Amino acid sequence: MRVVENLNQALHEVLAANPRAFLLGEDVLDPYGGAFKVTRGLSTSFPSQVITTPISESAITGVGAGLALCGDTAIVEIMFSDFVTLAFDQIVNFAAKSVSMYGTRVPMRLIVRLPTGGGRGYGPTHSQSLQKHFIGVPGLDVYEMSPLHDNRDVLARMIAAERPCVFFEDKVLYTKRMHEVDDLFTWDLTDGLARVHVDTPPDCVIIAPGGVTHRALAAMRRLLLEQEIVCTLLVPSRLHPLDAAPLVAVAREAKSVVVAEESTAGGTWGAEVAHVLHRELWGVLRNPVALAHSADSIIPTAGHLERAVLLTETTIHDTVLESLK
Amino acid sequence: MTTDLDRLLLIRHFEHALLDLFAKGELNGTTHTCLGQEIVPVALAPLLGPDDRVFSNHRGHGHYLARFDDPAGLLAEIMGREGAVCDGVGGSQHILREGYLSTGVQGESLPVAVGAALHLRGSGALACAYIGDGTWGEGAVYESLNLAALWGLPLLVVVEHNGIAQTTPTELAMSGTIAARCAAFGVAHTALPADDVSEIRTVLTPLVSAVRTGSPLVVEFAVNRLGPHSKGDDTRSGVSELRDWYREMSDVAGFAEADARARDLVGSVVREVKARPLSTWGRHAVGRDA
Repeated sequence: MRVVENLNQALHEVLAANPRAFLLGEDVLDPYGGAFKVTRGLSTSFPSQVITTPISESAITGVGAGLALCGDTAIVEIMFSDFVTLAFDQIVNFAAKSVSMYGTRVPMRLIVRLPTGGGRGYGPTHSQSLQKHFIGVPGLDVYEMSPLHDNRDVLARMIAAERPCVFFEDKVLYTKRMHEVDDLFTWDLTDGLARVHVDTPPDCVIIAPGGVTHRALAAMRRLLLEQEIVCTLLVPSRLHPLDAAPLVAVAREAKSVVVAEESTAGGTWGAEVAHVLHRELWGVLRNPVALAHSADSIIPTAGHLERAVLLTETTIHDTVLESLK
Repeated sequence: MTTDLDRLLLIRHFEHALLDLFAKGELNGTTHTCLGQEIVPVALAPLLGPDDRVFSNHRGHGHYLARFDDPAGLLAEIMGREGAVCDGVGGSQHILREGYLSTGVQGESLPVAVGAALHLRGSGALACAYIGDGTWGEGAVYESLNLAALWGLPLLVVVEHNGIAQTTPTELAMSGTIAARCAAFGVAHTALPADDVSEIRTVLTPLVSAVRTGSPLVVEFAVNRLGPHSKGDDTRSGVSELRDWYREMSDVAGFAEADARARDLVGSVVREVKARPLSTWGRHAVGRDA
């Protein structure tokens, strides 16, 4: 099953389980079924729960928050995550604060879905990875889709948490297969943390959000076959707040740690993860935690230019080598 | 029995008491009083039911006191004392209580009110959002009007048009009119003076009924802001010559007695709340629904 089908199935299950669950977004109706086909079939199966909207990211996010405030479950699709800046006020100043600023915690089931990332030649305003702008907002959870995490479980966890969240979905994942991992490695999943490894203690631990999974695996394969460098990959489903304890436990045993993400340089999620690891493992780590990310640049459109900016398998490969020097 | 006059006077004296407390350095932060605008929420109060959801803004003390007979809870919220509506976390402009929510960013509540109206559609209840004339500078207002009309939602937008946004007069901030902007979205609009409580109710009763069946409405009240934007920041001259219901009603029979009662009530609430211990924040407790 492809990732897009798994996510589609997860959304079907959410809407089927609760007639007071709604999905709102632009162009989400059948037969189109959303710009990336994630919502295909939903409006046919649940016509009163799937609402097509005008191009009004701020309002539709606010509408989702209003539904959630009234006890409904609201899933808002922003067509490209780049446009979430238009809804930043509703997410940061309304939804995230409403669960926390009125004295007691107000449960709100609001999921803002964000097709994200580059590699498809969509250019500077349709290719970004804006996760870092949502890290550290009190009351807001940040999740990222992964081919190793069943989206049915991920959505169930978001809904059970009753906290507003943003869900970054790397667009390149949609057409990949679920749970498909290179034969060299085995993988497991514990409490939302996926671990891909070989049967040997790792030289390097790579921590990455779901969208980077395949690039990290490709780098790991090359490092193992060409240089006999053993890596373990850790992919958390929720990027923030981060459950650091299992990362610390694995990182403690390795010679180096690399945090890899597609965000452009500066103020990254990886910097936050590195800070946590440095605090927990100061004096234990042999080297500073290394960061791999895209360049400090807008994301160009032409393929050769885009590849020069974005995080690639090679970026991760080289960062791992550097971290072990 | 609390009369409309009692309610108006309670709000008036409550707001004066806040400015007084600020002047004495007894309040933390800031506040926005609704001096001069009290008639609007008092007139609307009986038109709104317990299932309706009210969205208030930064200038919301009157909205709260017209809906809940709870000056002590509100003052405790503003002073961070025990018994505060939201444990003193939200303060003057961030209050949540059953069917009532205020928040401090201009225009932000309207999309949320649209969401609440979508939730309520068909139930006979409505979402009511108070905004000011200055709020019409925010794009979220127009996205919301579009959705409310498009989806036939029970949304009542109450505009307290006081002619000034902080220090900026409307004529420096608004091109055209609110009426024309509503017309562009096919949203019903009615303009009213905020002079007479019963007259307002007579006009609005049938219109609010129509809102309940899915015809969104913008009611624009002409009001005077008699106080500063927050405290001590009024740049206007001639404020004392603006019309004031308090002055105009002062020769009504029973006014002086009601005025004294409200003054005493607020005075005793201030003394009582000031004496309370500081509020505590149970920040992880799951609590009240909106």
